Amino acid sequence: MVSPSSSLIWREIPERYGMVGSVCQTCGASYFPQRKVCPKCRRKGKLALQKMPENGRIYAFTEVHSAPRGFENESPYFLAIIELSNGVRVLAQIVDSEKEKVKAGATVEMRFRKIFEAGKEGILAYGYKFKVV
Amino acid sequence: MRKAFGDFVKGIGIVGYGAYIPKRRIKVEEIARVWGKDVKRITEGLGIKEKAVAAFDEDSATMAVESARRAVQNSGVDAKRIGAVFVGSESKPYAVKPTAAAVADAIGASPELTAADFEFACKSGTTAMQCCLGMVASGMIEYGLAIGTDTAQGSPNDPLEFSTGGGGASVIVGNQGVIADFEEFYSYTTDTPDFWRRPSAEFPQAAGRFTGEPAYFRHVINAAKGLFAKTGLEPKDFDHVVFHQPNAKFPLKAAKILGFEEEKLKQGLVTPFIGNTYSACSFIGLASILDVAREGERILVVSYGSGAGADALSFKATKEAERKRPKETIFNMIKEKEYVDYATYVKHRRKLKDV
Ligand SMILES: [Zn+2]
Repeated sequence: MVSPSSSLIWREIPERYGMVGSVCQTCGASYFPQRKVCPKCRRKGKLALQKMPENGRIYAFTEVHSAPRGFENESPYFLAIIELSNGVRVLAQIVDSEKEKVKAGATVEMRFRKIFEAGKEGILAYGYKFKVV
Repeated sequence: MRKAFGDFVKGIGIVGYGAYIPKRRIKVEEIARVWGKDVKRITEGLGIKEKAVAAFDEDSATMAVESARRAVQNSGVDAKRIGAVFVGSESKPYAVKPTAAAVADAIGASPELTAADFEFACKSGTTAMQCCLGMVASGMIEYGLAIGTDTAQGSPNDPLEFSTGGGGASVIVGNQGVIADFEEFYSYTTDTPDFWRRPSAEFPQAAGRFTGEPAYFRHVINAAKGLFAKTGLEPKDFDHVVFHQPNAKFPLKAAKILGFEEEKLKQGLVTPFIGNTYSACSFIGLASILDVAREGERILVVSYGSGAGADALSFKATKEAERKRPKETIFNMIKEKEYVDYATYVKHRRKLKDV
């Protein structure tokens, strides 16, 4: 894995730490990650920041055995599409959950974890993962 | 001029708390097996059965954030009204870069606040709490967040490896919706080299037998006695007591020396189940007491930090403590666990070279 720059990590902090996405004030649709334009309303859309709910359900998942560079030591791990309680879907890692509990429809809650390290001396990126509750 | 006991702090105290204990546990027995040690002698000597192990993607910052998020939720405080975030830890993920700033951002606090990381071995959390109490008492801030968090370090086969666990706990201080009134504090500090870590060293060193009498006991006993002298309170006036707990033996002995019944220690004694969580130790113990404290019950907290110092603080639970119980208690968190073997523990704690 090529380590992202510290400015990129910094720009993503509101999304990664607090799951702050967007809401279109014209049509009411929520988006995560944040958007600059509402794909439904186009020029009529008016986007504002909106905090996403921190709970939801597993929509789909996969167990990663051959992890990308930088995550090799963490495999096997579960990667899931989470449908948040407002209907927005996010891709996230599943942590601290027994294998048999990781299934479609399982209720999950957000956890704050380390996402990756930019080498031994670089910056640390933190953010959301989910746990089956 | 300092006002009389209980006067300058009227109405100020803990308004909420939260804790985080990592799910993985390793049994002391398993560590002893690997190093060919006498299991019975070690477990009996320490009074510790197992310890909590932070996962590969957990560190003192993630545990600080998790505990702080829960404290905000349990207290009902609007994070934007928190004026100070102080994090006490001796296992910071960065040597230079504040964990406190990450915590503030992660809980959705306003940038309009002051923040810093504190270090005083295992007592930096209570010292952070003292600062928050002072700032709230003076009217400088409305709410303050104090945290004790550590992924306790111990080098392989060192006596410390058998006892050091990981965890974090947060306390929000304020003057509205107080669950435990702050009554008084007394601190005792001297330069005592019982335990240290130089900047380039990966693991701390302890000065063996020296850690007991001149270090832990001298400071803890003096801090507690100082608080008694300052307030006129006695052990019989307290319903619960929590001491720093590097093992399960030291706090029991401290209680005996001071004249506390063992029963008063029980609710806050968590080390036998999660190990010595360093800065989080007395915080998690206090949180466990607050889980059950009833209106009017008095709580004594005495932290200890090597190097060395102790902070003694007295609290009295209010009716709000019974109303604002968190949905998950410390003993519930202790029960939720997954055992790992030594090899898995070594992988998660990155004790392998190049991991
Ligand atoms: Zn729209």
